[in-house]
Amino acid sequence: MDIQSLTSHSSKVLQAARELVENAKELDTTVKHLAHQTGAEGMSPFMIGLTVFILACFVGYYVVWKVTPALHSPLMSVTNAISSVIIVGALIAAGPAVGGISVTFGFFAVVLASINIFGGFIVTQRMLKMFAQKK
Amino acid sequence: MSINLSAFFYLISAVCFVFSLKGLSSAATSRNGNLYGMCGMVIAILTTLLTPGIDQYRWIVLAIAIGGGIGAFIAKNIAMTALPQLVAAFHSLVGLAAVFVAAAALYAPGIFHIGMEGHIGFTSLFEMGLGAIIGAITFTGSIVAFGKLQGLITGKPLIFPQQHKLNALIGIGVVVLLLLFISTSSSFFFWVMTILAFALGFLLILPIGGADMPVVISMLNSYSGWAAAGIGFTLNNNLLIITGALVGASGAILSYIMCKGMNRSIFNVILGGFGTDPAATSSDAAAGQSDKPVKVSSGEDAAYIMGNASSVIIVPGYGMAVAQAQHVLREMVDLLKQKGVKVRYAIHPVAGRMPGHMNVLLAEANVPYDEVLELEEINHDFSSTDVAFVIGANDITNPATKTDTSSPIYGMPILDVENARTVLFVKRSLASGYAGVDNELFYRDNTLMVLGDAKKVCEQILKTLKE
Repeated sequence: MDIQSLTSHSSKVLQAARELVENAKELDTTVKHLAHQTGAEGMSPFMIGLTVFILACFVGYYVVWKVTPALHSPLMSVTNAISSVIIVGALIAAGPAVGGISVTFGFFAVVLASINIFGGFIVTQRMLKMFAQKK
Repeated sequence: MSINLSAFFYLISAVCFVFSLKGLSSAATSRNGNLYGMCGMVIAILTTLLTPGIDQYRWIVLAIAIGGGIGAFIAKNIAMTALPQLVAAFHSLVGLAAVFVAAAALYAPGIFHIGMEGHIGFTSLFEMGLGAIIGAITFTGSIVAFGKLQGLITGKPLIFPQQHKLNALIGIGVVVLLLLFISTSSSFFFWVMTILAFALGFLLILPIGGADMPVVISMLNSYSGWAAAGIGFTLNNNLLIITGALVGASGAILSYIMCKGMNRSIFNVILGGFGTDPAATSSDAAAGQSDKPVKVSSGEDAAYIMGNASSVIIVPGYGMAVAQAQHVLREMVDLLKQKGVKVRYAIHPVAGRMPGHMNVLLAEANVPYDEVLELEEINHDFSSTDVAFVIGANDITNPATKTDTSSPIYGMPILDVENARTVLFVKRSLASGYAGVDNELFYRDNTLMVLGDAKKVCEQILKTLKE
């Protein structure tokens, strides 16, 4: 190997090394940028859920506190119907076209929640109709 | 539908549920409240069905049709007197559904975006386990409550030695298994934990007596909400979390109001039923019955007394519900009103077997609601009333709550029927009430006992009044 080809090779290596440094710098800024982004949205889903949960408890407290005692039974049956919103989870579980045991669980959960939804709202309506009749 | 769009619709649905509860706060807006609830539910279901990942609708539609059919059929045909057990049964379904959804999430975490099978995050496992535990307790607890209300299990508190220790042991077992489940994510621990939680729910409600059912039902109502919230945490779904919190808070408030109505703490109710010392109370009652004279009257006499009174306050209790006497009672009252008697109804917060039970039955019989008054509103009026007509109630009128510090119901606010000029007690027998406490009111000079089934007595009074 002569000297000329050696220098051209080494200059090529130098070129490649420079490019590598350049890319590394770019990668560094991108990573920093990403890290910054995830840092900003870094609250865990659990903490978000907990925040929503606590605030909703307060909403529930203030909304229900004033309910007249005469309507306690309808209140109970309507909250019972509403708590069947758990059907959302059941539907997702029952959704996949092919699936194992989870789809079966989902299916039965949908059946149970549906009994509750239809039953709860209809029985509430029956009760409230009786309260409304005597105006 | 994109994630943000479905989150937006879920939010609308949650707002509907808030309006629904808000609407229930007064009779005028209550029916709109129910409609809001239905709208919220429809939005929630449709939004979920349009989420990517739901690939087949055949089984889902079938499941909703089966469930909806059963639910609608039961709700349309149930007698209003059977309402408490119906609500208890419905609570159990939410509990079991929560267990099923938690199990589905365990076996197929991928579809809920919480990891791969066997590789689920700690928090997700914790939330899943908690949802399953609360759901399981709600399920078996509600089944027992249903059995007691339906009369399948005795309404008397079922107590055995070492009960609290056993419950505590199972409780600790559940917590230990939850920790094992979180650290191993093994489905074996999940199921053992769930089965123990089933046992716990069963044992927790078993010792609670029939008269405490208003508290128990409210409590289970609350649990069903917490179970839904727990599943919401598992699935990171804000709608479930919000709704669960709303229902949980609502049930907790009702439990608090019911406990206050009995002057008992929630722990007192959970840890042991009324009459936990059955030997002492029953012998007292027996002794009281044989010693003291009781004035026993008839329906004809009662009709005469009330027909000549200027004001009557009716105090209904569980006995009216059992006898389905509300319709005849209203006819009787109509006739009394025609004769110029002022008639009103006084409702004790824990009368009956669920919150607001008496109000629903009176509403069913078309009693105008301005005649139906709460304890605080009417209690002062007894002293200026000619006749207090107590139909199927007992403990909620017992003056021993004010004087006898040893009584298990000491301190409970009562309707002061003793202050009325005459007290008419319609009862099947002279036996003590659910609390197992003798009612000294039976032996007072101004008390007349009309023994018999509430409905038959009312029919008799009605017949006499017509003549």
